[in-house]
This record gives sequence, C-alpha cells and structure tokens, in this order.
Amino acid sequence: MKPPVESNSSFVCPLPTSPDSQTVSLAHGEGGRLTRQFIRERIVSRFSNETLAALGDAALITVGSERIAFSSDGYTVTPLFFPGGDIGRLAVFGTVNDLAVTGAVPRWIGLSMIIEEGLAWSVVDRILDSVQAAARQTNVTVVTGDTKVVPRGTCDGMFITTSGIGEIVTPVGTGPSSLQVGDVLIVSGPVGRHGAAIMNAREDLGFDPSPISDCASVATPLIELHRTSLTPRAVRDATRGGVAAVLHEWSEASGLSCSIEESLIPVSTEVRAVCELLGLDPLHLANEGTFVLATSHHQVDSTLSLLKHFEVTRDARIIGEVVPRRIVPVVLRRSIGSDVPLDDPAGAPLPRIC
Amino acid sequence: MQYLDEYRNSDLLKTQLANLRSLITRRWVVMDVCGGQTHSFLRSGLEAALDDVVELVHGPGCPVCVTPAQVIDDAIDLAQRNTVIATFGDMLRVPGSTTSLLQARAAGGDIRTVYSPIDAVLLAQKNPGLQVVFIAVGFETTMPSTALAVAQARQLGLTNFSLLAHHVRVEPAMRTIMMMPANRIEGFLAAGHVCAVTGYQRLSQFAEQFRVPIVVTGFEPLDLLIGLTECITSLEQNRTEVRNLYPRAVHPEGNSHAIKWIDEVYQIATVPWRGMGEIPDGGFVIRSEWRQFDARHRYKLDLFGNDDDAECRSGDIMSGRLKPHDCPLFGNRCVPDHPIGAPMVSSEGCCAAYYRYTAERKMHQ
Repeated sequence: MKPPVESNSSFVCPLPTSPDSQTVSLAHGEGGRLTRQFIRERIVSRFSNETLAALGDAALITVGSERIAFSSDGYTVTPLFFPGGDIGRLAVFGTVNDLAVTGAVPRWIGLSMIIEEGLAWSVVDRILDSVQAAARQTNVTVVTGDTKVVPRGTCDGMFITTSGIGEIVTPVGTGPSSLQVGDVLIVSGPVGRHGAAIMNAREDLGFDPSPISDCASVATPLIELHRTSLTPRAVRDATRGGVAAVLHEWSEASGLSCSIEESLIPVSTEVRAVCELLGLDPLHLANEGTFVLATSHHQVDSTLSLLKHFEVTRDARIIGEVVPRRIVPVVLRRSIGSDVPLDDPAGAPLPRIC
Repeated sequence: MQYLDEYRNSDLLKTQLANLRSLITRRWVVMDVCGGQTHSFLRSGLEAALDDVVELVHGPGCPVCVTPAQVIDDAIDLAQRNTVIATFGDMLRVPGSTTSLLQARAAGGDIRTVYSPIDAVLLAQKNPGLQVVFIAVGFETTMPSTALAVAQARQLGLTNFSLLAHHVRVEPAMRTIMMMPANRIEGFLAAGHVCAVTGYQRLSQFAEQFRVPIVVTGFEPLDLLIGLTECITSLEQNRTEVRNLYPRAVHPEGNSHAIKWIDEVYQIATVPWRGMGEIPDGGFVIRSEWRQFDARHRYKLDLFGNDDDAECRSGDIMSGRLKPHDCPLFGNRCVPDHPIGAPMVSSEGCCAAYYRYTAERKMHQ
C-alpha cells in the first residue's frame, strides 16, 4: 500500500456548481454526494442544531430522563411489489433498521399513506397486511398515521412515510467521527440485492433467476450487539448509494480513508449478473437489510461470531479497514494488488450503452 | 461466473504480468481503441501495474464521448416539442452545449431510458399518439440493433418512430490519428466488440500501410494482458500483423448477418466527432430508402459540426499526444460532473477514467 499523503481537498471532492442547474434532479435523491450536499447546504444550515447535525439514521433525543431514538423516512418504490418484498415491508423494516443502527430497540411507528386515486383496494389491503406482518415480526406497534388520496397521475400508486421511536438500551457509540486507523470494516451480508431486484423488476429486464431484495429487519442482531459489551464505532444501513456511499460518508466524518478489498466483498451471482451486463457496481446499489459496521480490531472476532449467529447477518464478513487519510477517501484493492479509488455515487446508477 | 472469473483470476494475472514484463526491452506506446478497454485497464489496476514498462494511450473509442454536443441539443429541442426521447442511460448525463438530457427531463421533457432500441419501437407501438425518437449512437457494435429497430418499425407500419442517429466508425479514427503530425502510436489493441461485428480482415491493410501490429483484444483484465503481451511481442520482433486474441467472440469475417443489416439501413459518410473534428468516412447516415425513420429528415435538423472549447485538448489526448493531466482544464474546469471535453463526458472516456482512478498517481508526480 502506498504511504499516506497529505489530503488535497480540492481534488478529493470537487463539486462544481453547475450554473445551469436551477432545478432538483433525480440525482439529488439517490444518496451519495449530491444528496449529502443538498442536506448539508439547504437543510442542516437552516435548522442548525446538534441533534440534526449528527446526521444519523435516527436522532438521539432526551425526553425527561429517558434517551430515545426518533426517525422519519419516506418510501417510494416502483413496482409496489417486488421479489423479496413490497412497499409495506420496506417501510416497516426501513424504519426499524434506522432505529436499530443507532442502538435503539424499535417500539412505535407512525404510518402515513399517500394513495393515488384509482388504486385497487386489493392492493391497499395487501400492503397493509404486509405492514401488519412486518410490525408483528419486529415487535413494533403502529400507533399513529395519516391517509391522503391524491388525483390520478400525481403519485405512483402509493407513497408511504413513517416516523419511528425506539428506546435506547445501552450507551450509544460515538459514531463515524470516532473511527480510528486500524478499525475493521464489516458488511452484514451480500451487497446490492435490493437495488438489483428493483431494477430487474421495474425495467422488466428479464434476469432469471431474479435477484431477490434483502428487505429485512436487522434489529435483532444489532440489539444483541448493543446488549453485550460490544461497542461498534459506527453502524449504518447501506440504503441509497449502497456501501460506497456509507464509506464515503464515514471518511468525510472521520477525516480518514476506508480501504476495502475486492476479493472480500460478498456479491450474489444474481446481482453480479445484473451488474456485469449493465456496467454497474454492486457497491453502489441500494440495500434494505444490510449494514456496514466499523469496530476496533480487538472486538472483530466476537462481533462477527455474534452476527453469524443470526439468519439475517449470517454472511457477515470483513471487507477492509480504516487507514490514514489518503488522497482518495475510499480505496478498493484489486485482486492483482493495485489500489483504485471507489467512487462516491453521484446519482442513480445508469446502465451503459456497451 | 463463467467467462468472467477465469479472466479475472489473480494468479493467472500475476503470472501473465511477470511474463509481459520479462519480454519488454523498452517502453512501447500502445493505443487501446475502445472506451471499455480503457475503463477496464484503469478499473482493474492494470494500467498502474504496467505504467513503468508500457505507455498506454487511450483512443477515441467511447461513442458517448465523441457524440457531438449538437446531437444532445437536438434531442433536447425535440423533447420540448411534444416528442418522447428514448435513449440508453449513459447519454443522460452528457452535456450538450448548454444542458443535459437529465436536466431537460427535470425541467419537464419526456425523456425515457431504454435498454434496447427495440424497447423504443415497442414504446411507439403502444403509444400511437406520441412521436418517439431514439438516440442511436455507438460504433458498429450497436448499429445492428438500431438497424433492426427501424426494420421492425417499418414491418409494424409505425409512423411515429424515428432515429436521431450518429453512428461512428473506428477505423477512420485510427487512420486520422496515425496521420497526425507527431503521432507516437506504435501498436494497437483493436476493439473486440466492434471486430465481433465487422471482423478484422480489413485491418491487415491498415497494419501494412502504417507498419503497426494490431491485436484484436477483449475486455476482461486477462484479455487485456494477453492482447497487450501479443502486441508487445510483435513490436519486439518487428512484426506488423493483425492477430486475434479474442477468438471466443470474434471471427475474421465478423458477423455477416449484422453487417448485412448495417449496410441495408446506413451508408458511410463524413461526420463530426466531438473533440476530433470531422473525420473522413468517420461515420454513417441513414440511407434515403429509410428516410421516413430518420429524425434529421423528419424534423429538418441539420448537423452543423462542433463547437468545442478552444482550451480543451481532447483531440491531443485521444490521439495520444498528451495525457489527460497535461490539459489545462483537467480536474478544475473540466470534471465528470461538469465535463468540457469529449473524453470527460462518459465514465468510459479516458479523461473521466483518469480522473476517477489516478488521483493518487497524479498527486505523487
């Protein structure tokens, strides 16, 4: 590995503000650097407070003497039903995961549905049944919500927004800003499954067998982790922007670089097939039941053996480590030993022409 | 995964790397023509591993990059006139002279991504009230599918489907580069996928005329190493022949069925390339027999040529006379989010690939 060199920030993260970009584009909603820029420049700056500025998956707040985790999330997915899940499951598990990665036990969910005029009741019922089953499975209670119906054409079938509240059971870790050189990076399962499954279903690409979304709750192993004496430095749901976006975010927060090895990254054959054909990187694709975790070197073995105990994280494995700051924030080591930078996703993954 | 894993096997790669290094007596200058190869060289880390013994020059083989800005401008203009623009995904971010299709879509233009030209035909069939225009770009690799798309449109009797076509040819671009003053290219890795369609028999004449070895090469890391080793061996032995090191995809005579369809719909013409100017016989136009499916004819769109930035050195870069880092715009005014020159436009362009993969090497220099 090359020796660390001084960072040159003008080269690391150039964000030229395009003078003709007067409108929001889809890229601003795809995770990665444009989303972070949007949040930092237009949201955090306006509502400046420490809780928000931490930019965790959930906010950690104190009510009386109780510490709770509070989250909010929006779900839009086409199609509403996809291999491995549907928008209802996605909403519950997504909310549960946002709470769990911050060290909370998920308890209560608020559920709001924006429904397009003309949607069949059978579809609404199927989604609500799915919400009910997912809530039961994860021990959360739907305690409030809202319904709105909008004219045909103004929403894509159904959008769901949720809020979630969880109880903090243990002292919460310090987050990505506390990462140390030598910390080990772990991914909880094969990457890119949700993104590949949605793409195959939405665009009717006809990959057979289809990739199956990883849509699942990861709360149980994470709560168990927090209940033991294990103290991961950072845990993050690798949703939009995938594992690459998480590592870039951590690198930015810690001022260090993340180095991962190509040969260690778990990718299913189905996801690889989609990615190879369309020229996409599984590390950029969304996950909905897979997280990235950083922990100190001496907790690695016990963390991994605990995770492997649970079905949803049984394929957890080490993918790399935190290294002193290099010019590029995230480095991917190729099988022949050369290091190449791993991109921060800048928008929706776009399939290539050839 | 079959046909992938064995061509990425790290033990085989290391053995082949050592083999290549052992036979080199001087630093040869070799051009890989295709953007896919450029990307693979950089992405796999091979270029970094070979930099001290081979100077790789990355040619103008990214079709997205060399599509003139005016094609994008025309598509955006059509999208604002109640026309649906259908396109491959990687054209969306390409800037025209003022804006990109992605920005035009955000501003309300009906611009849709498709995975095949046939999908665009089906879109037209399903929506008889809409005019659908497919942006047909690419080398000979993508041409059979766009030719078949118009053939299918004719068979279906569609009057609401047309192509905004800007197909280009590899060999005339190679020729233009070899004829430039101060040309430094000593050998070529020919683009495997283009040769899968066109074959490589015609390249023999080129190799003879310019006294260069040409090796038809694939895209996986081991393909690239084997092709490069063959090219360097020829150079070391002073041979100038055409060899095919991608036989699992390429036959000498190409794909006759595909060639037949290209000839049926298109004819060779002199066309402008972004960053390279006009290249004699460097592309194709739609034959008059198929004019009803030609968006340029239907909407009376003339092709004016290029308006490239004067400071941009992309012509020198794509012909190997300069490296991306040598361009005054590289990495400051010209970056992937806001490209100025053709090779920065798509992720497969050589400036974009250098920007993405060589930041640390640049800083060490």
